[in-house]
Amino acid sequence: MSANASAYKPVWDFSAASRQAVRNKTLRDALFRATGKFDDGRREIMATLPQSEQVREKARQIKDEVLANLDTYLAEFSERAEAAGAHVHWAANGEQANEIVVAIAREHGVRNIVKSKSMVSEETHLNDALGKAGLHVVESDLGEYILQVASDHPSHIVVPAVHRTKEEIADLFNNAFDADLPSEPTAITAFARKRLRDEFAGAEMGITGANFACADTGTIVQVTNEGNGRLSTTWPRVHVVFTGIEKLIPGLADLPVFLKLLARSATGQPLTIYTNLITGPRRTGEGDGAQELHIVLLDNGRTDVLGSGYHETLRCIRCGACLNTCPVYRAVGGHAYGGIYPGPIGSLLTPLYEGKRRFRHLPHASSLCGACYEACPVKINIPQMLIEMKADQAGEGMTPFFERMTFRVWSLAMRSKLFYRLGARFMRWGLLPFSRDGWASWLPGPFGGWTDHREFALPKDEPFHTQWKRLQEGEARAG
Amino acid sequence: MRASLFITCLADLFEPAIGVAMVRLLRKHGVALDFPEAQTCCGQPAFNTGNWDDARAVARRMLDVFEDAEYVVSPSGSCTAMVREQFPVLFAEEPRQLERAKALASRTYEFIEFFVKVLKITDPDARFDGTLTYHYTCHLRGLGMTTEAEDLVRRLKGVTYVPLERKEQCCGFGGAFAVKYPDVSGAMVNDKVDCIIRTGADAVVVNDTGCIMNIAGALRRRNVPIRVIHLARILAGEVTHP
Repeated sequence: MSANASAYKPVWDFSAASRQAVRNKTLRDALFRATGKFDDGRREIMATLPQSEQVREKARQIKDEVLANLDTYLAEFSERAEAAGAHVHWAANGEQANEIVVAIAREHGVRNIVKSKSMVSEETHLNDALGKAGLHVVESDLGEYILQVASDHPSHIVVPAVHRTKEEIADLFNNAFDADLPSEPTAITAFARKRLRDEFAGAEMGITGANFACADTGTIVQVTNEGNGRLSTTWPRVHVVFTGIEKLIPGLADLPVFLKLLARSATGQPLTIYTNLITGPRRTGEGDGAQELHIVLLDNGRTDVLGSGYHETLRCIRCGACLNTCPVYRAVGGHAYGGIYPGPIGSLLTPLYEGKRRFRHLPHASSLCGACYEACPVKINIPQMLIEMKADQAGEGMTPFFERMTFRVWSLAMRSKLFYRLGARFMRWGLLPFSRDGWASWLPGPFGGWTDHREFALPKDEPFHTQWKRLQEGEARAG
Repeated sequence: MRASLFITCLADLFEPAIGVAMVRLLRKHGVALDFPEAQTCCGQPAFNTGNWDDARAVARRMLDVFEDAEYVVSPSGSCTAMVREQFPVLFAEEPRQLERAKALASRTYEFIEFFVKVLKITDPDARFDGTLTYHYTCHLRGLGMTTEAEDLVRRLKGVTYVPLERKEQCCGFGGAFAVKYPDVSGAMVNDKVDCIIRTGADAVVVNDTGCIMNIAGALRRRNVPIRVIHLARILAGEVTHP
């Protein structure tokens, strides 16, 4: 559970949030372009990866092996990481994890912190906790930096500021820093880069996430494109790795399988620009690296999920491919999902980690098209688990009364040829007053949403089942 | 060869012409077709919304109705996937029904799949004098189908084929999804319609009734005179021009 889970929060209204989002045509067009580019890139590059299907299957197997023996691998990782000189900390929940980081900062007299991108730190609201402890913390991933300046939060796992256009970002910086930037990505980036250099130079602590953690060597693996990750891990004297326990892989030898998949699935690159492997802090005689390395391993509900029917979700390597390919995500963007992790995988993770009642609408926020399952590099069957989550909801009495009754009646009718056929007749008769030329432009009640956006075709006067006899006679005549 | 037609409730009521075309076409290719008249729905709407008890009761009826079928053929990838992938899930804890469910799953085919993979027909031997595009319906994924229908469309005599941009992106139907989140579904179908319009085609081939209702309804709302046609009707020679 996240740090704020105890406070009462109303049920997240995906319907209202998504309705508002789809009306924002600027957002939709920007999202459609950006996600489309990543999705196309992924398809193209995966098609050229030799034996890509076998690589995915291998990745799935490795992840499942780790999850089946997570305790053993965690013990091994911790032992090897400490042998390499790192300090390993265990956090049961977000609050504990944040406290650990604050304590490390206090112990080392840290006042300024630079962070590279970490979704796990979003999960625990780490920045808030650091701020409350009087620490100055700056996000150094460009997207995250933009969001920090805007007091906003990520809408995508990999490209956190995908919901903001370059015009908006230029305005934001111009207002916040009294600058005069054109809405030009190069100029905006150069401006942020210069400001961030000063932050790096003054920081005593760098906080990063981890993409993978190798149990056999105690190595932390971090992939980035902007180089801010490497600066965060090498410039400040203390480096804190903030990550979830599911990031483990058995060994360094398994890493190539995942490196082949991660950047390809995320951004359509063969590899990211930087791949950092960090084993312990700087050793005597080494030219760079932090003097102190702390690794915070966070549970935050993960072991509960491990023992549930949703353990497949722990395979997730946070590539964002399911978001980029999802037609719902592409229409509504990440904020409409209301949780830390958006999109198809978020529709599972958010109810699991942030409250299944509060986020009970999310598993329904999918047309079950299956694109996410097809895109997932570790073969998480997201659509199937969304349906299972809905079945769990029904089992726990969370299905709305009207829906429950509708399906009860529907199910009874569908068990009888007579009722089915009569029901079809009544439906046609019931719709006739609303229709012209076999189409209805407006329907009442729960079907009004359909006709807000498209016409509804009436059932035909002669359904197939009444035409069958004629077709049969036709055959007899022909025969 | 004998096959039983699983017409699906949506095609039965909303697009009966698809069934008629399937009957004519399969007979032409020597398949003796019957239509078990007790059939209703496969239970998918209840299953997908999590109402599994209601779905199971309806699915059990499907097991009875198609008990003796040699092949079961359906004009819908979505309903075929329900039988093939989800019936075994629904009956996972009832060994006797599970066996029947698996048996039914193993002989149930989507229409194009049956045409190409069982009858092994790859030359459509039909014509369409006009420009066509094709939308890949989502549930073909679970059936392991990729370009089978598209290849048939390309090989029609007289046709000009224009591929659809993002042809594999969902049209936004999703059954209950379209009712629960009509605005998101509406945005999705309008994205789809934008892509269809950009092809300049006279008609779009869509092989699933739910998707047909959604896309045709959106085209009509926008007064776009592009037809939406199930491939069975073209293959049977019942639709030969826009």
